[in-house]
Amino acid sequence: MKEDDNWTTVIKPKERLLQVDFKELWRYRDLCMLFVRRNITTQYKQTILGPLWYIIQPAMTVIMYMVVFGGIANISTDGLPQPLFYLSGICLWQYFNDCLSKTSSTFTANAGIFGKVYFPRMVVPLSTVISNLLRFGIQFGLFLVVYAIYQLFIIPGQIHTNWYALLLPVLVLMLAGLALGFGVLFSSLTTKYRDMTLLLDFFVRLWMYATPVIYPLSTITNEKLRFVMSLNPLTGIVEAFKYGFLGEGQFSWGMLGYSFAFMVVLLAVGIIIFNRVQRTFMDTV
Amino acid sequence: MATAIEFNNISKLYRLGLIGTGTLRHDLKRWWTINVRGKEDPYLTIGEANDRSTKGDSDYVWALRDIDFKVEQGDVVGIIGKNGAGKSTLLKILSKVTAPTTGTIRARGRIGSLLEVGTGFHPEMTGRENIYMNGAILGMTKQEISKKLDEIVDFSGCERYIDTPVKRYSSGMMVRLGFAVAAHLDPEILVVDEVLAVGDAEFQKKAIGKMQDVSQGEGRTVLFVSHNMAAVRKLCRQGIVLHNGSVDYIGSANEAVDYYISSKKADTPLHIEFKGGDDSKEIEFLSVRFAENRSSFASNEPIDFIFKVKAHQNTPNFRINTTVFSMDETAIGSVSNTETLDIKKGEEREILFSLCNHHLAAGKYTLAFSIGIGNYLSAQRDFDYVPNILSFTIEDADKDNRQNSAITQWDSSWGHIMFKAKLAYI
Repeated sequence: MKEDDNWTTVIKPKERLLQVDFKELWRYRDLCMLFVRRNITTQYKQTILGPLWYIIQPAMTVIMYMVVFGGIANISTDGLPQPLFYLSGICLWQYFNDCLSKTSSTFTANAGIFGKVYFPRMVVPLSTVISNLLRFGIQFGLFLVVYAIYQLFIIPGQIHTNWYALLLPVLVLMLAGLALGFGVLFSSLTTKYRDMTLLLDFFVRLWMYATPVIYPLSTITNEKLRFVMSLNPLTGIVEAFKYGFLGEGQFSWGMLGYSFAFMVVLLAVGIIIFNRVQRTFMDTV
Repeated sequence: MATAIEFNNISKLYRLGLIGTGTLRHDLKRWWTINVRGKEDPYLTIGEANDRSTKGDSDYVWALRDIDFKVEQGDVVGIIGKNGAGKSTLLKILSKVTAPTTGTIRARGRIGSLLEVGTGFHPEMTGRENIYMNGAILGMTKQEISKKLDEIVDFSGCERYIDTPVKRYSSGMMVRLGFAVAAHLDPEILVVDEVLAVGDAEFQKKAIGKMQDVSQGEGRTVLFVSHNMAAVRKLCRQGIVLHNGSVDYIGSANEAVDYYISSKKADTPLHIEFKGGDDSKEIEFLSVRFAENRSSFASNEPIDFIFKVKAHQNTPNFRINTTVFSMDETAIGSVSNTETLDIKKGEEREILFSLCNHHLAAGKYTLAFSIGIGNYLSAQRDFDYVPNILSFTIEDADKDNRQNSAITQWDSSWGHIMFKAKLAYI
């Protein structure tokens, strides 16, 4: 039989390092969207307030921050109204945090289903990042409402929103990319040795303090500290958001470019390692 | 016909024990040898055959070792073997759940796997939503599922519950729904593992029917793993017997099942002795043997056994009862002799038991015996019992014309097998 060429599936022990099957991923786009729907619809099943929780959670957080950081610790907000300042940080951080914590357990949390059927594993973290967009959207809506109240009634015309606000989709995309990259990298590295999962929670909490969420970057005057802060790929994104919508913050194309490059490299490394691990993780998970 | 799947020296090495700090040392050593020194994986040479019951020296076992065979397009192949023989590992590799350690598999066409039904069901979602979910997980597009939705719902028989969350379903309904989705999957190669073990009789019949349609009518290739020998015989054309991770036998499904079963009971003794000495039994078996010291017979040849029994009570009118089982442990006939014998306390006697006019078709059978009083017309009581450890073979009268002879012989007695037995002291 001379038909060696028309094999459609070849299963080998190891694939080439860079062989990531994006075509296959595209074929499973329906599954991805179904996962998105599942994530959204099942999150608040059998709760009375349902999706209202999307708003209650950040609202409570804002109040807490206002008391602790604004009131007790008396941290500056660059002269911006506290609710608006905290809300903007919380919106972005919450999205990043949700995506990261969920995608970082992709393998361990889905071992049951992964052990039975094959589909491109990437579908799961991807769907997480997409479904969290809804939550971000709602929280961003809350931000806009609060923004409108301040801009129109409380301090009319004093918030200097500018054209950089239009960068929002890019900023969200970068957050998603960073969370996805870190998440899949992390989940790949922890299938066999779980030590790091114990650190993740702690690490993420620290990370929030290293990101200008509860304080503006302008309060950091120490040169060294500022340099360390600017290594954090989230700094540029959060500051750009605040600058665009609230007119206060340290916008720089350089920092944003750094964040973008960081995201691209991280995502590439994450996907390659994830792709490698997904083939045999069932044996070690 | 073209080859649908080709397994080339597939092996899979597993590490036993817990993952801990010791594992890290192994991993580092392995990584060092392979990537830095550029040598072969040191652990590939120390793996042991996967025999679950014996303790080995190595932490590594071969769940599969050099599996090498081809499957023709449109074939239905049954894979059988003991627990831990490597069946599921093989299917897992084929369905890409895990990768092989060495070797390659090449296949033509989409591979759909049905390793366990209802994978990915979310308890909070309705039956309908879960059909979409499950279908998509198995590789269908939304469009394909929509087109088949009615068929799937109909097949599952869960119409009334289709908009209820599946957490309210009975486990049987869940399985029905899961199988219904999977059965309407349209891959060129279908991989099925043990799905028939669940569901009620009606549903099992439906499931088997569907699988037959898929393989016969639609010409798909099916790989079927099961412990249900009857289902393997019925559904499959080819059979593969796995033993400790390697292929033990490849042949037709019937031959493979026979091989597997006879290997399970490898040595069939001609003579069995029992412990004896149990006073609580009125009569007990001491031994049983084939009278002619052989265990294969022609189809119409009487099969003679000699029992040695000992009486602990005076017992008039006792009889011996026997049941013939096919190798998949289906009882196919039972006989209680009409003549009875008397025995006195303390006596040890040899009894000739002759099974005549049995009309059994060629194949392998096992036997169980009991000794007691009464029969199926009156009240009956058994004193002692020998489970089916004695087996015999009915030879093919005419091997070249096997089908023909099987049909003619089966025709005459099929459906009304009537065994007759004679009983006499020697």
